[in-house]
Amino acid sequence: MTDSAIRLRGVVKRYGPITAVDGLDLDVPTGTCVGLLGPNGAGKSTTMRLLTAQSIADEGELELLGYRLPDESKEARAFLGVVPQLDNLDVTLSVEQNLLVFSHLYRIARPDRREAIERALEIARLADRRGSRVDELSGGMRRRLLIARALVHRPRLVLLDEPTVGLDPQVRQELWALIDRLRSEGTTILMSTHYIEEAERLADTVVIMSHGKAVAAGPPLALVTAHAGADALEVYGSPVRLAEVEVEAAREGLRTRRSGTSISIFGVNGSLGERLGGERRPANLEDVFVLLTGEEID
Amino acid sequence: MTALPERGRKLHRLERSALTGVLVREVVNYSSYWRASTFSSTVEPTIYLLAFGFGFGSIVSTIGGYDYVDFVGTGTVATAVLFSSAFPAMFGTFVKYKFQRTYDAILAAPVDTEEIVTAEALWIATRAGVYGCVPMLVAMACGLDPSWGMLTVPLIAWLAGFGWACFGITVAGFAKSIENFNYVVSAVLTPLFLLAGSFFPLDEFPAWARWLAQLNPLHHCVVLVRHAVFGFVGWHDAIRAAALVAFGLVIWRLAIRAMTRKLID
Repeated sequence: MTDSAIRLRGVVKRYGPITAVDGLDLDVPTGTCVGLLGPNGAGKSTTMRLLTAQSIADEGELELLGYRLPDESKEARAFLGVVPQLDNLDVTLSVEQNLLVFSHLYRIARPDRREAIERALEIARLADRRGSRVDELSGGMRRRLLIARALVHRPRLVLLDEPTVGLDPQVRQELWALIDRLRSEGTTILMSTHYIEEAERLADTVVIMSHGKAVAAGPPLALVTAHAGADALEVYGSPVRLAEVEVEAAREGLRTRRSGTSISIFGVNGSLGERLGGERRPANLEDVFVLLTGEEID
Repeated sequence: MTALPERGRKLHRLERSALTGVLVREVVNYSSYWRASTFSSTVEPTIYLLAFGFGFGSIVSTIGGYDYVDFVGTGTVATAVLFSSAFPAMFGTFVKYKFQRTYDAILAAPVDTEEIVTAEALWIATRAGVYGCVPMLVAMACGLDPSWGMLTVPLIAWLAGFGWACFGITVAGFAKSIENFNYVVSAVLTPLFLLAGSFFPLDEFPAWARWLAQLNPLHHCVVLVRHAVFGFVGWHDAIRAAALVAFGLVIWRLAIRAMTRKLID
């Protein structure tokens, strides 16, 4: 038993020749929100499947709410809420019927069922649409229902797999508010995402994943400071100019990041900065990600 | 530091609340499509009954000592069972797995594959138990005399329906695509359907075919229903019932294995 809601040690999951999760260590302290940040294919979704025992690890130890996986997964799932990346609501049923079904699947006792469904309707802000069929709802409403469905039994731990993927910015803001509220109420959350801003906004701790491993972990600001410094110098120019700057930075032993029309240089001191020109901007998680993995995130 | 989570009680296999949860999902969903389902499960065997009954019935009046309409009326009970169990199980399971991703949602709750398969098969069996009686009721409207044994027909239909539902789930578990079902329908279900003795007696078939028919659960269902209506034949029928139970149990475990392989990697 530990104070971690999730504790993974040396977890490996292979699919034939592909190693999707490759020696992953992960801790999610109780009452915090941890963001798994990484590009598609980094192993985030496989990690989520391992946590519900829909995938069985080849190696390593997995513990969820003090239960060992996969043997005690069923017990653990009683206290777990899962918001999948792909919508799997029953589309021909009404909003309320979807919640009713899950109140049964999560074994809510009959006297508490009504209240649990009302609470979930309120979380999803769909009380006035309770009778609507799911296929009549907008994308944002469906996603809110998907989240509320995972909360119907007041889980101790919630897994959010790419909670806002494919949604427009306004809906995303709305969902962030919902997740933030959950977090402030003390629910432990593990969220996978490939949106930098989502991780920065919601996660107490960010775990950067690449090729099935956790390459860095910490609070977003601390990660930025530790790996990218306070700010970056952003130099714009022609490809020729950018190549020159890159060579110069390398000569000074500085790390750089190329994007389409500019180059970012990290750890630049005053005099070099003046010589190179360009603009200073705060370093961010995306810089950390690129510096650590050499990959662009999207 | 937060307090350790209190441990919930140990959960077992095939728990009632998990089965109930999956059943509730099925029943609530059924409320949105029962019309179409009832239509296809009852109208199709009824058409067979009427077509054969009146078509053949005009040429042959009795067969094996039975009035032909009575013979077909009892025989198509098994047809109705097959149509309302194997087919919905095959397509329903595949659609839920592949297109609706329902099983991902259910498996995230404290429910195992074994419970999903069992609850869904129980539900389909119950529907088959009801739909299976329709041809018999139609035959009664056409003159089949009521008998006490008829009361066991829903039970026989339920038992056979459970096996065929598990058969359908097994097929869906192995199928890579929905097109694969064509092979099963053409190579397995159609021959079994014709070699069941629903529409004509198997007495005139060559010995090997009659021997094969004994391996056909649908054939046992046909004979049992006929005997239920016209009079049981003691231990002979007990063996047939035992064969249906054995079919159900074996294919039930097979369905669980197939679906576990598909859902858990």
